[in-house]
Amino acid sequence: MRIDAQGKWIVEDDLTFEINEPDAYALEEALQLKEKHQGEVIAICAGPARAASTIREALAKGADRAIHIESDGVASTDTLGVASLLAEAIKGESPDLVLTGLQSDDLGFGQTGVVLAELLGMPHGTIIMQVEVDGSSLRVKRELEDGWFQHVTMPMPAVLTIQSGINRLRYATLMGIKKAKSKELKTAPASGAGDPVAPLESVFQPQKEKKTQMLEGDARAAAAALVEKLKFEVRVLG
Amino acid sequence: MSFVLVVLERSAGKWHKMSWEALAAGQAMASELGIPCASAVLGKDLAEVAREIPGKAYAVEHDLLSDYTADGFTLALEQLIRQENPAYVVFPHTYQVRDFAPRVATRFGAVLLSDLVGIRVKGNAANYERQLFQGKLMARMLSKSSRAFLSIQAGAYRAAESREANQEVVAFAPTLDASQIRQKPEAPFRESARAVDLTAADIIVSVGRGIKEKENIAMIEELATALGGELAASRPICDSGWLPMERQVGSSGQTVAPKVYMAVGISGAIQHLVGMKGAKTIVAINKDPNAPIFEVADYGICGDLFEVVPALIEEVKKAKS
Repeated sequence: MRIDAQGKWIVEDDLTFEINEPDAYALEEALQLKEKHQGEVIAICAGPARAASTIREALAKGADRAIHIESDGVASTDTLGVASLLAEAIKGESPDLVLTGLQSDDLGFGQTGVVLAELLGMPHGTIIMQVEVDGSSLRVKRELEDGWFQHVTMPMPAVLTIQSGINRLRYATLMGIKKAKSKELKTAPASGAGDPVAPLESVFQPQKEKKTQMLEGDARAAAAALVEKLKFEVRVLG
Repeated sequence: MSFVLVVLERSAGKWHKMSWEALAAGQAMASELGIPCASAVLGKDLAEVAREIPGKAYAVEHDLLSDYTADGFTLALEQLIRQENPAYVVFPHTYQVRDFAPRVATRFGAVLLSDLVGIRVKGNAANYERQLFQGKLMARMLSKSSRAFLSIQAGAYRAAESREANQEVVAFAPTLDASQIRQKPEAPFRESARAVDLTAADIIVSVGRGIKEKENIAMIEELATALGGELAASRPICDSGWLPMERQVGSSGQTVAPKVYMAVGISGAIQHLVGMKGAKTIVAINKDPNAPIFEVADYGICGDLFEVVPALIEEVKKAKS
């Protein structure tokens, strides 16, 4: 990963882009809920033109239609800005349930879903490991710290942030990919985001906390050196 | 007068230990800015426990705060902030804070700067350091809202060794109505008694995403056995069902501090690091020289684990025979 010349972000040219992992679990959860309770799954994404390939993938996996809030500025806004863009587009759809991934793999603020809930005036639950729908109410399993869990009930509509591992992800089938081509992919204007209140000023390399002894050489030499260290410095072998 | 407000957390009748790290961060920041620092705790029947807090403390008490709910805590804290008007609100970056603090910040047109590892004060302004790309890079952030909301990563600040209890407790009674609280929480539970107690192991060999296939885990198990240690894993391995959840190390799994922790094919996302960085000796084997796991490792091998691990098994067996 290389930092760009301005020190503001990374060089994106040499990257490949894919769906954010927790978001993939959120999509899968939506598809499974639809299979159980009927209804419609809408995939929504705010991002530049290249995000269309991720949206197509969501359609191929089974989403019924999609909304692409096309904006090149998403990377330079903040979570409030992104959530505002999403909220504007979601309002018109009046969904029963809004699912997001728990956090993003790049910025990792872990709050787009919660901010979205506030902007939409909906209750929310975070780090969700199970979703049960009962009429107009939800019972969810929240992950707490240190191996603890908790069930929480709340009315719909609601926003849930989904934890990775809640379900088994499906792959898009050939048939799914074919079908996706005829599904609706609407482009929505990027409106609602103001100037960022929490701008990213610069990006830099982390400083090492510890002095690491790197064991050099080929695999065999490095392995032998490590065993030496474990035996004579750490004293756990022998 | 502007001040720093630190929101402390209690869970299961005890202080969450990250509360004191957040307090250390808040106090350091306040002293550099030359402004006061106060704390707040939310719940029910807090009169006694609030006295354990050093410095000025707000006891935000209401019957409807006896169990945590996102709606209840958001409303109560919002009211305290509106009345007392702190310029900075500092939280420990716990699961509970992740659940409600972004909502509070949004009510003030602000963004929670979450999971911070550093606060740098220059004159009467501050900037904030946090990790990006799961620890591979760092970012410096600014807060342009009139009030900054900050959450502090586990271990980023050292809690004071001892706490001088203080009697300056201010009671704050928020106005809450049951109809405003939409979440109905049930009692917390654990899935099952843990059959594997990783905390008792002297040596732990832990495997991550770099292992690629479930079948390859056998190789890591063989290494753990050769070393006389326990097998553990990072979250993605357990999410995939390749190893049971009870072998997971990290913020959502077990926290371990063995004599030796060997991380194989684990990049070292913070959620994993908080579960193992207390180990006496950390060994990292990873093909990416920039993997954050090397930041905390004492010994590192940068190489292909599929070559290194078999060689290591052989060397360990040789050394033990």
